[in-house]
Amino acid sequence: MNTILVIARLTFREAVRRKIVLAVMLLGGVFLLLYGVGFFMIQQSYQGEVMGVTAMRAQYRQQANYFLLLAGMYVINFLAIASGALISADSLAGEIQSGIIQATVTKPIRRSGVVLGKWLGQAFLLFLYLLLMGGGVVIIVRVFGNVIAPNWLGGIALIYLNSLIVMTLTLALSSSFSTLATGGAVFGAYGVAFLGGWVERIGTLVQDTTATNLGIFSSLLLPTEAVWSKASTMMSSPLLNLLGVNPFSAASEPSILMMVYAVLYLLLLLGIAVRRFGQRDL
Amino acid sequence: MTQEPAIQTEKLRKEFGKHVAVRGLTLQVERGEVFGFLGPNGAGKTTSIKMLLGLVKPTSGEAKLLGRPLRDESARAHVGFLPEHFRFHDWLSAAEFLRLHGQLYHMDNVRLQTRIPELLELVSLTPFRDQQLRTFSKGMLQRIGLAQALLNDPSIVFLDEPTSGLDPVGRRLVRDIIRQLRSQGTTVFLNSHLLSEVEITCDRVAFIKHGEVVRVSAVSALIDGETTVTIHAHGFTPEILQKLAQWGRDVRADGENIVMSVHEEEALPAINRCLVEEHVDVYSIVPQRLSLEDLFIQVVGTDGGL
Repeated sequence: MNTILVIARLTFREAVRRKIVLAVMLLGGVFLLLYGVGFFMIQQSYQGEVMGVTAMRAQYRQQANYFLLLAGMYVINFLAIASGALISADSLAGEIQSGIIQATVTKPIRRSGVVLGKWLGQAFLLFLYLLLMGGGVVIIVRVFGNVIAPNWLGGIALIYLNSLIVMTLTLALSSSFSTLATGGAVFGAYGVAFLGGWVERIGTLVQDTTATNLGIFSSLLLPTEAVWSKASTMMSSPLLNLLGVNPFSAASEPSILMMVYAVLYLLLLLGIAVRRFGQRDL
Repeated sequence: MTQEPAIQTEKLRKEFGKHVAVRGLTLQVERGEVFGFLGPNGAGKTTSIKMLLGLVKPTSGEAKLLGRPLRDESARAHVGFLPEHFRFHDWLSAAEFLRLHGQLYHMDNVRLQTRIPELLELVSLTPFRDQQLRTFSKGMLQRIGLAQALLNDPSIVFLDEPTSGLDPVGRRLVRDIIRQLRSQGTTVFLNSHLLSEVEITCDRVAFIKHGEVVRVSAVSALIDGETTVTIHAHGFTPEILQKLAQWGRDVRADGENIVMSVHEEEALPAINRCLVEEHVDVYSIVPQRLSLEDLFIQVVGTDGGL
């Protein structure tokens, strides 16, 4: 059996056995339950007179539901990023520190197989997570609100890309640094990117080029905010996009080039993880 | 496989920053021998093993494992390794753990199906095959670790402190396994602090100090080399002592005792006869073999190699 697959399977089974999957899925379920109940209650409140005119009410209702869908996706994006960091922070660093890795890499295998296997196993876990969360929100909004996001599949795929970027960044750092240092660095980087996204948004609104450029620079450093912006524009209604005033969406839609950059960024990080782990003393 | 030495190193060196862990290891271990690797803490034993297994990259020097360069991971298909302080995925059961490592050795399921029960039997863990490793005692963990090192019928096995944490029964088990490996022609590279253990199991030993080999010798030669004899006797004279010098050296009187070194124990009856003929009253003749521990202290000193 291929080394990458053996390690990927091990990574997945470890998450299952240690009840990490169970805990995450339960919490995810709680989120979906709350979201579903909230969404349902809001639908009920629509029954009352809000704007007076019935035709307007239907229109308003639809836009509000698009907005609620984005709110849900916004939370999922954050949770997916946090999960990406959490599942991989300890994966290499922890095994190096405990010495578990020694019996593994002294087998007739390449070290790259260990890194790629872990990556694959974690990517599969995140895939399942987003399937549950993203799928859950899409179904809730469809069933209770009768709204389908324009490009929900593309949007969830981009959220998945975000979680993979952060997971890979964590893996790359975890191949060189301790678990704690890795966790700190990743959340620091995410903080910078998050803030940078806002600086860019506000900069665009007040037409300050310096602020906009700072935001773009932070996106190059860690493209998670840009990817989210793209995802949110893909999933929001044309009207919301036209208004450009919802807090979850970017002032301007990031280009396809930025998405290509994000994918290349991920591949580069994976390359760094493989290289660093391949060369270091264990 | 070719019959190149199991291990061959030439001035293998490792520096961690400014700290020199291994100064220059030059060593040759032949196929099929049980080789003891002795030295004080911090002498660079574990770093040396890690270099041979590709865990740590040498700063300089050359080395071959089973005739292949260390960079070549394919040589490790014929290598077994029990790391010091062996730790593993403790959520796996004993059988799952062996299956995982078998897969990492690229062993197919058919072979694993017979090999895993065999090994569990060998290390007396068959009743615990489905029990999670986290419930194992230290000794049980060491034994399952040993089984893991033997999965692939290796040509060479590296055992880093294999008996640490084991009770006398466990130690005996490890000793028996090492004997069995030797009878199968497997090379064993044993890093151990338990010198009595090394004395029983090893063919040859290397003494390491400050990351260099100070001495390599066959265990039998080391131990048979010199025997100190203490003779408790009354009525001996300096002339008699001089006479005894023909069977050994360093003959001296120590109170009511005569102390001397002999090369062979066969000299003892002759010494006894001589003393009786000279009307010396002999109460006891006690040969004291130089233990490996004495030798260890003699070779590497008491400064701990630091």
